[in-house]
Amino acid sequence: MPVTRWLAWILAGLILGGIVHLSSVLILPSAAPQDAYSRLLPMTETNKMSLLPMPTPETAAVPFMDPAFASAVCRYDLSGGPLKLQAPISQSYISVSFYSRQGIAYYAVNDRAAGRRTIELELMTPQQRGQVPEDEEVTAADRLIIESPSPTGLIVLRALAPEPGQLPRMRGLLSAAQCGAAQVAQQK
Amino acid sequence: MTGESNSIVRLLFGLLLTFAIAAVVGLGTTWLTVTRGVAFGAVTLGAWTAYPKTGTAEIDPYARATLAHTGLLPLGSGDGVAFIARTDQTRQPLDGRCEATVAGATPSARFWTLTLYDPDGRLVANGVGRYGFTSQEIVRKADGNFEVAISPRARAGNWLPTGGVERYVLVLRLYDTPFGVATRAGRETSMPSITQRKCP
Repeated sequence: MPVTRWLAWILAGLILGGIVHLSSVLILPSAAPQDAYSRLLPMTETNKMSLLPMPTPETAAVPFMDPAFASAVCRYDLSGGPLKLQAPISQSYISVSFYSRQGIAYYAVNDRAAGRRTIELELMTPQQRGQVPEDEEVTAADRLIIESPSPTGLIVLRALAPEPGQLPRMRGLLSAAQCGAAQVAQQK
Repeated sequence: MTGESNSIVRLLFGLLLTFAIAAVVGLGTTWLTVTRGVAFGAVTLGAWTAYPKTGTAEIDPYARATLAHTGLLPLGSGDGVAFIARTDQTRQPLDGRCEATVAGATPSARFWTLTLYDPDGRLVANGVGRYGFTSQEIVRKADGNFEVAISPRARAGNWLPTGGVERYVLVLRLYDTPFGVATRAGRETSMPSITQRKCP
């Protein structure tokens, strides 16, 4: 009898352990002090494009940065309204990646997929998207609108330097990228 | 009287045991999965592993927890796919004191980069300031395949210095590639092989 009782306690411990495991995995993303957003917080401004320093063996903004790329970050906050992003295109490769507050890469596009000579995107919350007037959406069919799942997050621009000597030029190119409040739609 | 207090002691002891097991098992497994980088949907090709779903909104909870813990920004699937290798073809950990060769070809992509990091994702210091290669600067053989020598001492051709560190990882990133979540590991997707020799 005591043996089965001990086994019952152990079994209860294992089941409870499973619950602890699952809940801690689910809670961790919202309780992590060292996620990418928190790491980039001190070196970026809200709704402004900031060029990131190149990763070196001593320091890097986030781990596993690709040293062949120049990168710039726009840490956004959509509570004041939608955001507009303009990025130049290089001869080699440029990508724009959108991350939610918790680091989920919910959208990414590269220069070829974006087409044209500059990449132009608008970022808004699903609620702000709902407020975009219908006819405006039709007339501006070439507007690329992205919905952010969280009111805050990160837009990361990356420009490839196919050879290390081209890095300064790519960093210069990214300095021309802009991120800021989208112009308020004109009322008729 | 004594029998009653005995059963209370037994109950408390049992509860204590249950909670101890729950804490150790629950938090221990979470720690292991988060630090080891467990995620679903792994695509393994030889020594290389990629998690294409980690770069999408369909990322699984384990990969999310790992991202939050490490501070990594995953490569978005519209951008590319990152393959990581922690071992060579024979499952031996990559050792910076050995001479390693990465040889072959990559799946099709507009650009790719090969980068050497320490296991925590930092670049490895070396005298020539080289941390990786891009597909544009690599010297290829006549058949289009390439060979990268990864060793502590300088080598002719494509040389990637290890700085003599004990452990390192290689990351091969494919940019603008048709390779993605839907791709199955097959013969048409060839990845370069990794071999090590002259280990101390």
